[in-house]
Amino acid sequence: MSASVKPTGFPLPSSLQVVPGTERAQAAYPYYMQFTKEDDERFWFYNSMHFPEPMSPFDVTTAEAAYCALGAANTRVHCLPTTLGIDYRIINGRIYIGGNAVTDAAEIARRTKEFQQRAFYYYANWERLIAQWKDKMMALIREAQTLRKLALPEFEPLEHVHAGRGIASNHYLLDVYQKTLEGYFRMWHYHFEFLLLGYGAYMTFFDFCKKAFPEISEQTVARMVSGMQAEIFRPDDELRKLAKRAIELGVDGVLREGASPDDIIKALEQLGEPGRTWLQELAVSRDPWFNINVGDGFYHYHRSWNDDLSLPFSALPGYIANAKAGECIERPIEKLMAERKQLIEDYRELLNIDEERAAYDQMIALAHRVFPYVEGHKFYCEHWYTNLFFNKIREFGALLAEHGFFQDTEDVFQLTHYEIEAAIIDLMTAWSNGSPPRGPARWPAIVQERKAAIKEWAEHETPPALGPVPEVIDDPAIVLLWGITRERLDAWLAAGGQADASEIRGFAASSGVAEGVARVVKSVEQIDRLRHGDILVCRVTNPTWAPIFQKIAAAVSDIGGSMSHAAIVAREYGLPAVVGTGTATQKIKDGQRIRVDGGRGVVTILQ
Amino acid sequence: MTWDRSRGSSPNKEKASHALQENAGTDSDRLNRLAMRSSESISWFADITLSDRPAVGGKGGSLGELAHAGIAVPPGFVIRTTAFERFIAALEEDGPIRAGVAELEGHDLNGITALSENLRARLEQAPLPDSVHMEIVGAHTDFCGENNWPLAVRSSATTEDAEGRSFAGLQDTFLWVMGAQAVLNRVRSCWASLYSVPSIAYRRKHRIPENTVAMAVVVQRMVDARSAGVMFTRSPLTGDRSVVTLEATWGLGSALVSGEVTPDRFVISKITGEISVRHISDKHIQHVPGAGGGTREVDTPENLRRESSVSDQELAALKDIARKVERHYGQPQDIEWAIDRSGEILVLQSRPETVWAARDQTPVAKPTENPLLHVMNIFGGRR
Repeated sequence: MSASVKPTGFPLPSSLQVVPGTERAQAAYPYYMQFTKEDDERFWFYNSMHFPEPMSPFDVTTAEAAYCALGAANTRVHCLPTTLGIDYRIINGRIYIGGNAVTDAAEIARRTKEFQQRAFYYYANWERLIAQWKDKMMALIREAQTLRKLALPEFEPLEHVHAGRGIASNHYLLDVYQKTLEGYFRMWHYHFEFLLLGYGAYMTFFDFCKKAFPEISEQTVARMVSGMQAEIFRPDDELRKLAKRAIELGVDGVLREGASPDDIIKALEQLGEPGRTWLQELAVSRDPWFNINVGDGFYHYHRSWNDDLSLPFSALPGYIANAKAGECIERPIEKLMAERKQLIEDYRELLNIDEERAAYDQMIALAHRVFPYVEGHKFYCEHWYTNLFFNKIREFGALLAEHGFFQDTEDVFQLTHYEIEAAIIDLMTAWSNGSPPRGPARWPAIVQERKAAIKEWAEHETPPALGPVPEVIDDPAIVLLWGITRERLDAWLAAGGQADASEIRGFAASSGVAEGVARVVKSVEQIDRLRHGDILVCRVTNPTWAPIFQKIAAAVSDIGGSMSHAAIVAREYGLPAVVGTGTATQKIKDGQRIRVDGGRGVVTILQ
Repeated sequence: MTWDRSRGSSPNKEKASHALQENAGTDSDRLNRLAMRSSESISWFADITLSDRPAVGGKGGSLGELAHAGIAVPPGFVIRTTAFERFIAALEEDGPIRAGVAELEGHDLNGITALSENLRARLEQAPLPDSVHMEIVGAHTDFCGENNWPLAVRSSATTEDAEGRSFAGLQDTFLWVMGAQAVLNRVRSCWASLYSVPSIAYRRKHRIPENTVAMAVVVQRMVDARSAGVMFTRSPLTGDRSVVTLEATWGLGSALVSGEVTPDRFVISKITGEISVRHISDKHIQHVPGAGGGTREVDTPENLRRESSVSDQELAALKDIARKVERHYGQPQDIEWAIDRSGEILVLQSRPETVWAARDQTPVAKPTENPLLHVMNIFGGRR
């Protein structure tokens, strides 16, 4: 592409139209998330990594809570020298975000001083603070687990009256709701307490490797740092263990592909002692390890394995077949760790100067100390806690539906968290004064309208970025968390006029070449369409899909870097993977034959 | 880079042993026995190390060193400088040789040309001393046995490939030489090429004392290359020491070096073996052994033009060889290689890579008293 036709920027936010007919749904989102004219001056990008699908009014709570916490950690807690927090907007259900960079040298110097007293303290006391973090996080989980059950009895229980409690049941709706919301916002503070520092240490080592070995692949650096024993791998490990136990107990015949979880459980119960033993072991694995979402935990409909056993159950037959074929189905952790050690030593040997080796040792040591948090936190935050959170909101949905506010429990997620509070107070009032609640006349129509809007928005593509392209992107948060670099943006801009539409490029996440039928999975509900030997093509590869990696031939995603868990899982399974293509789900049609070259980061459409 | 040797046909193909494996069978057994019989004028490869350079020249020293290190090279022997010295000593009796060269000035092209013509004619026509003649014929017989193998006869000057000074390409190499008499003639031609105009001019320009200059001659089996190429034990583009960059084409490597063919290009990680770059080009022609010696250009068969000239398995083996050679020398190498028609990988030449060597002296990062300061590279806005 010649320089003269190269576009210099992305569409301005003001040029982006709300899809006609969805204006009221768009207006439902909080005022501070709506684009304004002034936003045209700034650069924004679509956060399709975390929010690849249009977000419902309640689900945007995750964006609010996460960016409040991320911004606070960067701006006020650790005082990152060159960046403040992240601004967020929504249009057509798509979340756009923009960073606030610090560019004034004197201000950077002032913040650097603060940063070194704060972040360095965290690094220096990492192990103690992480232990403390786990305690805090577990206490938060317990709090969420022990929140009062929702109930509006006709009469207040007599024992409450005799005990002189003095507070009626309707009050606890508000109390529990506010605690639920507060807990979620608090969880995100914990989430970001260490995250940027963890990524930063990894990037420090990565940056060194890229200078010392300019052609080293990102996935190789990732393999040198990866901890392998993070909690996020446990759910999959538990499944492998259960597959093995099913064979040992002789109940594997019941765990057939295509059978529903209910039927399987019934069949197991009929098998007597061995079946019951297996079910008991399943129960042990489920708490807590099946508190893992089939998504990244950012959408209310990403249910956990515990809520829907069909995903874990659909993976069992594959593991069972592999184990029966004599394969060792457990993750070979010792072998993986030995490989990691060897890799580190081999690259170290290639360094030329003792000083360089000493610096390398310092950086890898720091990365090894701090990176396990980056791998491990997700299970507690994005999965376990988020799951409790959405399920508690679901309880409110059920209660409100029971009182005629909604046709369906899930409709609650079509309200913002402010609107839910309003509906709760409406219900509290009605219960207290004997009048009918006002909500049943108001919400069902609005819910239908919003559901229709989200369906409509999902059909419309949205630009990957908006506004003027910044000269440099030196915001470590944006670079670390989203992998957005100037080169990336140029590639996005160039992709508009890409000559060879049959070739799609992304990050080389896991080596190898595979050909097969593309299965374009745009949302998690479509995951059961994958057949043995298919190539998964999705918006964002997700680590909790790990069990399906045993049956696919390769993975391709629109979004993601080589440090994403999916990339790690793909490497462990030895599957080719190309991530961060930006456009694979748009360019590849379901059923097409494609070739994935995971070593070069190239996907070719063959027909 | 120079490519002063071609590859040719080895008619004896009973072996397909892998490059890194010990050659098995009668051929190598016999060559091993021969290794015990190096004489005053002859050294077999397996007896030679780099420290023998004054006697076997740069090329001979390098090949011997590789063979010594267990790297497969096309087998052969070196006619040591002793033979050259005897030959020259006999000639000096009829009139000065070295003294005449030493008197010349580097810029005196006319004088150099005149002397060169005179000396080369004398060297080409003079008979070999009997002892030298007999040792060479004996070595040839020992080497070839009943086989009439095509051989390469290559100059190996004592100053060639020495640190910091490259003589390479200034002296002659003869390919597809067959029979003892032809070898004798070519050996004499190699010696004579030490007195070519460019050789003399180079030595005079660099004021290299004539009495330090001598010529050994390498005699080795031609390789009938199915594929051939070069590899660097680092990236020539970025200097990255963690990769092997490899170029390959069908047939003899001369087509690649002369630029007549765009080679296939690969980048292979030394550590993970990952092939990160795999560019398969259209290799429209290839060089093959000529009927009467030398090489000729032929069209590549249509079905092979866009096929990779090396398999992934061969790439992995080449990468291992590259690492072994580099480890052996303790510094990045520039290696010429060929794969013969039986699939055996042979190293033809290895020399130190010099372009990036200077850059290696500057560390990418130094240790810091507080290791945490490294993170400022990311958080400090200093990128």
